[in-house]
Amino acid sequence: MTQFLSYAIPGLPYGCVFALMAVGLVLTYQTSGVFNLAYGAQAYASALIFYVCVNAGWPSWAAFLAAVVVVAPLLGLAMDRFLYRFIRSAPVLVKLVSALGMLIAIPSVLQLIFGGQERLAPPSLWLPPDSVYFHVAGDAINGTELSTVIVTLAVVLLASLMSHFTQIGLRMRAMAESPRMVQLAGINSERVGVAIWVLSSFLAGLAGVLLAPLFAELQALNFTDLLVAAIAAAALGSLTSLPLAFWGGIGLGVVQELLGGYLPSGSVLSSGLRPALPFAVLIALLLALPGLRERWFHDDPLAACDPPPPQMAAAIGGHGLEELLRGGGWAVLAVFLVSCLTWVPPNWTFTLTQGLAYSIIFLSIVLLTGMSGQISLCQAAFAGIGAFTCAQLVSHFGISVFLGILAGGAVAAVVGVVVAMPALRLGGLALALATLAFGLLADNVGFQFPWSGNGDSGVNIPRPELGSINFTSGKAFFVLAFVLLIICAAIVLAIRQGTTGRELAAMRGSELAAASIGTNLAKLKITVFAVAAALAGVGGALYGSLQGTVSPNDFNSILSLVFMVVVVTTGVYTVQGAIQAGMAYVILYQVLDYLPSQWRNLFPILFGLGAVTYALHPEGVVEWQKRRVVEIVVSWRKHPEPVA
Amino acid sequence: MALIEGVGISKRYGGIVALDDVSLSVERGQAVGLVGPNGAGKTTLFDCLNGVRHPDSGEICFEGRRMDRLPVYERARLGIGRTFQRLELFAGMSPREHLMVAERVHRGDGRLWKDLIGRGRARTPVARVEELLVELGLEEVADDPIESLSQGHGRLVELGRALVQDPLLLLLDEPSSGFDTREASAFAAVLVEVRSRRETAMLLVEHDLDFVRRVVERTYVLDFGKVIASGPVEEVLADPVVRRAYLGEAT
Repeated sequence: MTQFLSYAIPGLPYGCVFALMAVGLVLTYQTSGVFNLAYGAQAYASALIFYVCVNAGWPSWAAFLAAVVVVAPLLGLAMDRFLYRFIRSAPVLVKLVSALGMLIAIPSVLQLIFGGQERLAPPSLWLPPDSVYFHVAGDAINGTELSTVIVTLAVVLLASLMSHFTQIGLRMRAMAESPRMVQLAGINSERVGVAIWVLSSFLAGLAGVLLAPLFAELQALNFTDLLVAAIAAAALGSLTSLPLAFWGGIGLGVVQELLGGYLPSGSVLSSGLRPALPFAVLIALLLALPGLRERWFHDDPLAACDPPPPQMAAAIGGHGLEELLRGGGWAVLAVFLVSCLTWVPPNWTFTLTQGLAYSIIFLSIVLLTGMSGQISLCQAAFAGIGAFTCAQLVSHFGISVFLGILAGGAVAAVVGVVVAMPALRLGGLALALATLAFGLLADNVGFQFPWSGNGDSGVNIPRPELGSINFTSGKAFFVLAFVLLIICAAIVLAIRQGTTGRELAAMRGSELAAASIGTNLAKLKITVFAVAAALAGVGGALYGSLQGTVSPNDFNSILSLVFMVVVVTTGVYTVQGAIQAGMAYVILYQVLDYLPSQWRNLFPILFGLGAVTYALHPEGVVEWQKRRVVEIVVSWRKHPEPVA
Repeated sequence: MALIEGVGISKRYGGIVALDDVSLSVERGQAVGLVGPNGAGKTTLFDCLNGVRHPDSGEICFEGRRMDRLPVYERARLGIGRTFQRLELFAGMSPREHLMVAERVHRGDGRLWKDLIGRGRARTPVARVEELLVELGLEEVADDPIESLSQGHGRLVELGRALVQDPLLLLLDEPSSGFDTREASAFAAVLVEVRSRRETAMLLVEHDLDFVRRVVERTYVLDFGKVIASGPVEEVLADPVVRRAYLGEAT
């Protein structure tokens, strides 16, 4: 018992932080219908500002006021006012992508403002971290842990008192049932909505400030993990129950530490499984609770009163323009190929070859999200599976690298089916969360073994050889990547133009109607998931062969999210969009490299904000601008201005 | 043998009994109405026939075969077409493409490998699709984006999408909702015309009694999840029990 307690008690502070976040997530999801993925970024924002203020010599209460009481609610309100309010009735995909854009952009904006240096030993909110207050079951309870638990309990007590005994609390609970109904009762639901955003953002800020000192360094990555833990806890409460979400969070924190205590130390299982527990729990919950799936589509009973969701079709189009763009695309591609083979310097050829590999990975997102309306947040993991499969097969069995690349695609496809099979009945939000959890699980556990990604040291993939042709030279490899990209693009185009593509478009338009004309949605989704995973796997293996050495870090879970926002910004509906995305991705990185290091944050900011415009420009804001410019040029040529 | 026959269908949502031991049948080629006040369980019954929901108890047979556990798409392949009360169209596709994809799926030509070798190209014109576009008066708007079409055209596209698959039974969910009297009357005329040309049986959920009179031969009346009357339209609508359920107590 004493041993059990000594393992369990250090989990309490983590549990408290998870619980605060989970409660806040459920609050906003219930009342605004938006699953706020940017919640992790909000927590990070407060933690960072608190850190900066304390290090600037502010007393911690003043820093707390600034970071948690002022900035956190303002940030939340701004997101509600300028973004979420407008997409309330939008399709799940739009809501998720917009929130994802914020999740990517906010930490980078902060690092651009405050600098991206290492931030060690984040300060404790209240009690000093070094002093030990008392011992429970042999655990020394230090100031950080004690203050986390006390503050959490105080805040939760206050919040529950407020929700049960005050007017605004009652209205908030009513909002959770149905915002429309609240309006009909003559209550200004906007104002109650503001109160809810303030409260939930405050909770996020508080959780961030409390979590930071539990780690040695303040890193944005920890807050994405925190987000998934909070989502898992919220799922324990079926995304509807605040008390269950709260206790789910506490329980998750405790079980996580218990696992760490009882599992043999030193093994990958104990070092990996412990942080991966929330993700595993989330996946298990999604699969195990059929009730959760239904409640997942929590709808306002009066939802039908809302205006219909905005259309998802490209705004600028028409057949002439399409053909012009296609022709122009081929011309640009030809110029590009010739340039790379002649005058482009070797370091840029390398960069552009990377771009070709990324383009193949991004094709998978075009197929999955653009053409089928499914959202996957683990495409980088599939790319990793492809690369590591290729590396292991080549080094252990000595097969040719070409075969290895294909095998990488095949294994990724198989894993894709395994992931998709249970997730596809979930659809929308649940599918996104399940893939997010899978990505984190692969990153934290799956890729850490010597037989897979081999942890931080990574694995080697040689350049391929074909008979007497050796692809070690930059130009030869460029041609190889180019040919592979063309093949992959041709596959995607063939699918799009064929019956499958039409069925996918139908499914994206209306699953109900697609089923009613006899489309087997389950089979269709599995197929498209498998093909997409295979594309990502091939792209990943090619990338690995180009780099020579790849480690799990090249395919980490954050990258999956970045990939998504990059493609959504540059054009998720077309094959051209994927290639634009691949090129923009590497070229922008290379260009930003010439600037002072802080400016590298511009990259996630640009693409994050680009993704936020998804609701307005579903074809991608870059693609939209391109079409607009081409259209203007064409119409100007057709109708030249009359000469006076 | 009836084309579709439901026996003792019951469906409960928590404490609410949406359908209570409902039985109905539609013969081949027959047009049957399903009327009743709001909340009578019409849409639930429809969803059970279509496979969107599964009844708690009861049997549904199609051409004499049990099908109450089949998923939606398999019922569609058996020959059950459907239109929706709130339009369910494929965003970003033209009316012609709506019909083309339905025709392709009907022919069972959707194998992935066929697409990859270019056998499954969906762009070549198909005679059936073109005929149907003309029959429904959609040829003018056949290549317009679906978003730019009126509600009336949208309904016709849904109808065409179902008809291109040669359904044995067509489930029409409140086809007149969102229409004014003139549009509703025009749509009823289209349905009558469609029936005169082929042997499609129809089951029609509808509020507009004039619409029902024009299209169907026989109707069921549902109230609080129970069938309270059935028979030829005029007879049923004159039934005092039905009048009470539908119009309220005479004062």
